[in-house]
Amino acid sequence: MQVLKKIGLGIAVMLASLNAFADYAWNFPLPATPMAADTLHVHNKFMTITGIIFIVVLAIMIYAIFAHRKSKNFKPVTDKAPSTAVEIFWTLIPFAILLLIDFVIMGIPAYHSVIMMENTREKANMVIKITGSQWRWQYEYMDGDAQGIKFVSNLATPKEQTDKGFKGVKNEHYLLEVDNHLVLPVGEKVRVLMTATDVLHNWWVPQFGSSRVAVPGFIRETWVQVETPGTYRGQCKELCGKGHGYMPIVVDALPMAEYKVWVAAKKAELAKAAAGADKVWTKEDLIANGKTVYEKNCAVCHQVTGAGLPPAFPALTGSKIANGPIFGADGKYLKDSHLDRVLNGVRVMPSWKAVLNDTEIASVITYERNGLGNAVGDVLQPAQVKAARQ
Amino acid sequence: MSTTTVAHHEEHAEHPSGIMRWLTTTNHKDIGTMYLTFSLIMFLVGGSMILAIRAELFQPGLQLLNPEFFNQLIGVHALIMIFAALMPAATGFANWMIPLQIGAPDMALPRLNNWGFWLLPPSAILLTLPFTLALFGIGDGAMATGWTFYPPLSVQGGIGVDFAIFAVHLLGISSVLGSINIIVTLFNMRAPGMTLMKMPMFAWGWLITAFLLVATIPVLAGAVTMLLTDRHFGTHFFDAAGGGDPIMFQHLFWFFGHPEVYILLLPVWGFIPQILETFSRKPMYGYKAQVYSLWAIGALAVVVWAHHFFTAGMPVPALLYFMYSTMAISLPLAVLFFCWIKTMWKGSMSFETPMLFAVGWIILFGIGGLTGLVLADVAADAQYHNSYFVVAHFHYTLFAGGIMGIMAGTYYWLPKMTGHMYSEKLGKLHFWLTAISFNLTFIPQFFLGLAGMPRRIPDYALQFAEFNMISSIAAFVLGFSQLLFVYNIVSCARGGKKATDQVWEGAKGLEWTLPSPPPYHSFTEQPIVK
Repeated sequence: MQVLKKIGLGIAVMLASLNAFADYAWNFPLPATPMAADTLHVHNKFMTITGIIFIVVLAIMIYAIFAHRKSKNFKPVTDKAPSTAVEIFWTLIPFAILLLIDFVIMGIPAYHSVIMMENTREKANMVIKITGSQWRWQYEYMDGDAQGIKFVSNLATPKEQTDKGFKGVKNEHYLLEVDNHLVLPVGEKVRVLMTATDVLHNWWVPQFGSSRVAVPGFIRETWVQVETPGTYRGQCKELCGKGHGYMPIVVDALPMAEYKVWVAAKKAELAKAAAGADKVWTKEDLIANGKTVYEKNCAVCHQVTGAGLPPAFPALTGSKIANGPIFGADGKYLKDSHLDRVLNGVRVMPSWKAVLNDTEIASVITYERNGLGNAVGDVLQPAQVKAARQ
Repeated sequence: MSTTTVAHHEEHAEHPSGIMRWLTTTNHKDIGTMYLTFSLIMFLVGGSMILAIRAELFQPGLQLLNPEFFNQLIGVHALIMIFAALMPAATGFANWMIPLQIGAPDMALPRLNNWGFWLLPPSAILLTLPFTLALFGIGDGAMATGWTFYPPLSVQGGIGVDFAIFAVHLLGISSVLGSINIIVTLFNMRAPGMTLMKMPMFAWGWLITAFLLVATIPVLAGAVTMLLTDRHFGTHFFDAAGGGDPIMFQHLFWFFGHPEVYILLLPVWGFIPQILETFSRKPMYGYKAQVYSLWAIGALAVVVWAHHFFTAGMPVPALLYFMYSTMAISLPLAVLFFCWIKTMWKGSMSFETPMLFAVGWIILFGIGGLTGLVLADVAADAQYHNSYFVVAHFHYTLFAGGIMGIMAGTYYWLPKMTGHMYSEKLGKLHFWLTAISFNLTFIPQFFLGLAGMPRRIPDYALQFAEFNMISSIAAFVLGFSQLLFVYNIVSCARGGKKATDQVWEGAKGLEWTLPSPPPYHSFTEQPIVK
């Protein structure tokens, strides 16, 4: 008994220490969509049922462990298989209970959840497309006022914080912050189309309750309907290579009026960027802009210095491609030239055609040819990239 | 059950000694010992890999490993633990114990048996060699795709993927050979009077495992071969650009992968009831019900595979079918749990190390099973999938349900195999350390998963810090406790108190009628089972 008291005391201390974790999540985070609310509900219900089963069975077993011991001189009984109709009836009862739990008590709510989750089209007010790439998300608004808005969302945590051996203070939202947030209107059902350009990714915001694999070459669907304004964070949930832990998701849910303001501002910003493609840039501006683009998109593999991580990710410094000619005698870009690689990719190298705009591609190529220890000396203008796309 | 006494007569066959004995042996006990030793070594190798990972995850920020190396370790850890630690351990026990339990002189196909084992060391080398090659600048290390090989990531990967594909081929051939051997042995070499429905439960568990292996390993072999041709010979099975589908790989892989779970567990479900009846001093309850349940689980195992990737996108009817069929597995499993506990009920129990492990196993595997039932729910699965919740769930089934079961079996049969008693004190210490640190490692991971931490990430957001720290510390305790296990086994093999023939007071069955250790050719006169 003394031992039991000690165990009891131990459990009490443990439970008390749980208060220290009071702010900590013991369950799914607060749901922000009907789907997440439903998921939480179903989860709580199932956990309670399985918890009760576990405790009841455990209690029976623990009773036997203490009561039916050799050290207490308990004499083993001889079991008899159920033989009479009454005995067989009693044996079937646990089986019936389990059938009831599996296919009625748990099965019916689970059925409704599935139907709700897969109902992506009914009453959907807008459509967005999410494209996963190694290792960033691209968002595109497919209809309504926002149609045509398209941008890339990259990890915004400074690189030195994610580097090996960083000892300083990390950002509050370390690894869960991005440069361009996805913005959604509150209360609207948004149909989400999901695809990928290279490998499988999975767009997952825990508070939304939806999670769907982005499959290259296929369109998958899900939906979100955020009901509370706020900022929501999530991560890629399908192993997608070395940057898998570094492609977070941040969604701002804004009330309709604010959302409309954002749409207008974003459209203006994108128009300005597109206009940049038609002007002639100086070499210095291109290099300065290119450095930013490079460090955001390319440095994860080719490294900030351009040294790469051979053999998987070749060095750009002294690379044949980055120092070779871009255009042939006919004025068209050469196959396997620097521009061809960046536009179309090859093997592990992704295609940037759909991710970066003309100015960004021109800048980053100019930077790579005149920085990172290379000194080709030439300049690639956004207009040339624009022409090359045709 | 009665047997004719077996005289411990002179061993007349010529055996080579030294290394040649082990290279050329066709003796089921020698091969069993090699399987078990190999399994123990690989358990430590796989375990040290995961300790490197837990050290990295001790706190946020990258400390020790690069993300590439981290990704290599997680996949190779899983492949080693599944194919090179758990499966060989079960096969090792099968080799040692099935002939003893059914009264046969040896396995039916002894040379095949030898080959089955000797395929394993080369495959272990294939799996780990890319780590070493990378140090010499060849390739970029082992496969970094997770153990599931999902394309297109695996098509993109380096030579590590090719090495792993060939390793899986060898491991698969080895398993199929072992399975054929067990099926043939069980169907042809049972002692007179031992009908199928009188076979020891361990033999039943293995018979169904063997059928599952023969049915599903070829599918895995096909899937990874398709991957190989996609990588090198220009096919497009898994490439949408060429008319293929990356998700098709997941269907093929999990058609093998789900039965694989039961392949790992069925042998354990076989010998746990035997341990329970021994230490409860009471015959096992519901033998027939257990056999039928094992068959039911074996059958369900091959029709539920898609619950491993509900989030990959499937039509609603498919989602519903895979959800309900998965839930149905809980029915035969509940029968098993009922029979196990009923076997203990009103017995005369004593708690030597094997019994401690068996009882702990029931509880912890119960947690694994119940969380599995919850995971079957498609809607909630969207949250659990690929989060740490799943990691915790499958470690409850595979570490608690698999490895702790194997430990129960080890302590149970070790005196029979070596002829010496192990140290009961160390055994019990090993159990308590393992059980407690295991729970402290994985309970926090359930909460991490619920809070939204995805698996397979080398670095994580600050909100996950506390639980990861607890989990890492406990993982190290868990890892180092296993050295006690190794020490106990080695010292038991070297000497100690002589074990009696029956070893345990309540032990029943043919293996306990032979001397400990049994003679080189187990039964030279066939026992008769009444």
